[in-house]
Amino acid sequence: MDDPSDDTSTTQHKFMLFVSGMSVKSGHAIENLRKICDKYLTDNYELEIIDISRDTEQAVIHQIVAIPTLIRTDPAPQRIILGDLSDREKVLRILNISE
Amino acid sequence: MQKESKSNRFIFPKTPTGVDGLDEVTDGGFPKGRPTLVCGGAGCGKTLLSMQFLIKGITEYNEPGVFMSFEEPSNDLTLNVKSLGFDLEKLKAEKKLVVDYVRVERSEIEEAGEYDLDGLFIRLGHAIDSIKATRVVLDTIESLFAGLDNQAILRAELRRLFHWLKTKGVTAIITGERGEAMLTRQGLEEYVSDCVIVLDHRVIEQVSTRRLRIVKYRGSTHGTNEYPFLIDADGISVLPITSLRLDNEVSSEIVSTGVPGLNTMFEGGGFFRGSNILVSGTAGTAKTTIACYFAAEQCEKKEKTLYFAFEESPQQLVRNMKSIGVNMEKYIKNGTLQIHSSRPSLNGLELHLLTLRKLIREFKPTTIIIDPISNLTLVGSEHEVRSMLVRLIDMLKINNITALFTSLNKQTDNLRPDLAEESVSSLVDTWITVRDMEGIGERNRGLFIVKSRGMGHSNQVREFIITSNGIGLLDVELGPQGVLTGTARKSHQIKKTISDIKLQNEIDRKDREIARKRRVLEANIEALKNEFESAAEELSILKATEELQEKLASKKK
Repeated sequence: MDDPSDDTSTTQHKFMLFVSGMSVKSGHAIENLRKICDKYLTDNYELEIIDISRDTEQAVIHQIVAIPTLIRTDPAPQRIILGDLSDREKVLRILNISE
Repeated sequence: MQKESKSNRFIFPKTPTGVDGLDEVTDGGFPKGRPTLVCGGAGCGKTLLSMQFLIKGITEYNEPGVFMSFEEPSNDLTLNVKSLGFDLEKLKAEKKLVVDYVRVERSEIEEAGEYDLDGLFIRLGHAIDSIKATRVVLDTIESLFAGLDNQAILRAELRRLFHWLKTKGVTAIITGERGEAMLTRQGLEEYVSDCVIVLDHRVIEQVSTRRLRIVKYRGSTHGTNEYPFLIDADGISVLPITSLRLDNEVSSEIVSTGVPGLNTMFEGGGFFRGSNILVSGTAGTAKTTIACYFAAEQCEKKEKTLYFAFEESPQQLVRNMKSIGVNMEKYIKNGTLQIHSSRPSLNGLELHLLTLRKLIREFKPTTIIIDPISNLTLVGSEHEVRSMLVRLIDMLKINNITALFTSLNKQTDNLRPDLAEESVSSLVDTWITVRDMEGIGERNRGLFIVKSRGMGHSNQVREFIITSNGIGLLDVELGPQGVLTGTARKSHQIKKTISDIKLQNEIDRKDREIARKRRVLEANIEALKNEFESAAEELSILKATEELQEKLASKKK
């Protein structure tokens, strides 16, 4: 496991958030992710939001089934989280970010 | 299909399946624009059935399709169905087919909060729209249950998915793994309620049979039985049991039996075209020979003949028949005869039947010979054999094919027929039995007609012999104890000749005696005549003398 302390501060986090159009859950997911990032990863993250209703190819490439889906590509290992990220504690635990 | 007699009668819209025989069972195909559930255990052919549905839809009905696989990557699928002659890559390149592999790996996925399956919807929707697909396969959507935790969401989403598919107007197949208590593990039948088909793969007595059953089909009539199906080089074929209607056309044309002398035993001079003939008998009673004679006769008349040999290889059969003067090779060469040899245990009854069906379709024979039909009884249970034979005969009748079956039965003293005979005897039109007739230290062959529907026939037991010139029926020889055969026939004939000669001699002797008597009589007549003549002469002399004397006397006066 990575060392949590240095993880949050130094490593750049890269996220891909897959949403579909203007669905409520997608909106929640974007909101929740922004909150988490702003609080714990201030300026140390990159977030790409992909709307698969417009960019369908991406859904196939990244094997997206559920919406919303968050993929953390950096740092390794890759993490995939389904859902609107409302369970903040769980999200943090999965992403290995300390509060 | 529904009868069109009532013009305003509603006909349920259907999509042809492209699976051989399944359209007949489902009365036209799967419900158009609705999802159909195909479920069954591992290896029962779900994926293949659905793949065939798509591919035939493209190639035969020009309906593009989407295959969404949850189990196998696209490349694997391509490879798997290539062996069955389906080229997915080509269809993909032609924009007729989209294969999308959906991979959901539980170990890589975490869930935090609410979600839906819009990803899946969008992918599917995109695939459908991109090629204007009307056929969709989801194989096997249950994999999602293994990949995702939140069953409540999943179920709600599946319900939405099936509803969405309906509104999209695509005809879909959803496959599902067979569950313990339910048709599918996840109870998919709850959601897909229009048409449910169960596939099954059973091994009974070491012979595997695949079966298909339509559990439900809303808004349509359908066959309710279990139908055997099989997977071969051309994909899946389903075998409808029978048409169950006996309304096939009949012919009163007569075909010759090919066996010299046998024709005359039938009033019509042979068999009816399109009838079934059973030649039954114990081992070594020349059933095959009779069959070959019949085949050769048909080939001679340029009738296409299909010969199924379950005991001999084509080469062996040709060689053996040559020894009695039947040259089958030339018929094979000129294409009127096809011999198919296989061991009956090679595959289940259904496969035999399907092979037959396929060959009938390709070769279009007018005559079929199955030698022997009794060997097929080794493969299945009594019931199965019977139902298969019914189907077989039905199929032949529909195609108006004259069929000759041979059947080997055990040598028993009582004339009780065994299984094969019992199964078909009521179905066949003509039944000829060849028997061993034992007596005075030798074995002879006798032939008689048990029945012949719609035609008068001889009631005699005819002996027949096989020589290097072929077979021939001998005339009936009746002795004091009944019909004589073999040596008895010969000795009887000799005895008859001797007595004939004796009789002739006697007659000749009598003739001679009469001739002699005649001569004596004639001599007597001659003698009497002479006597008479001399007496008459004497009388005339006397008269003359008297006249003279009278004349002399008158002169004196």
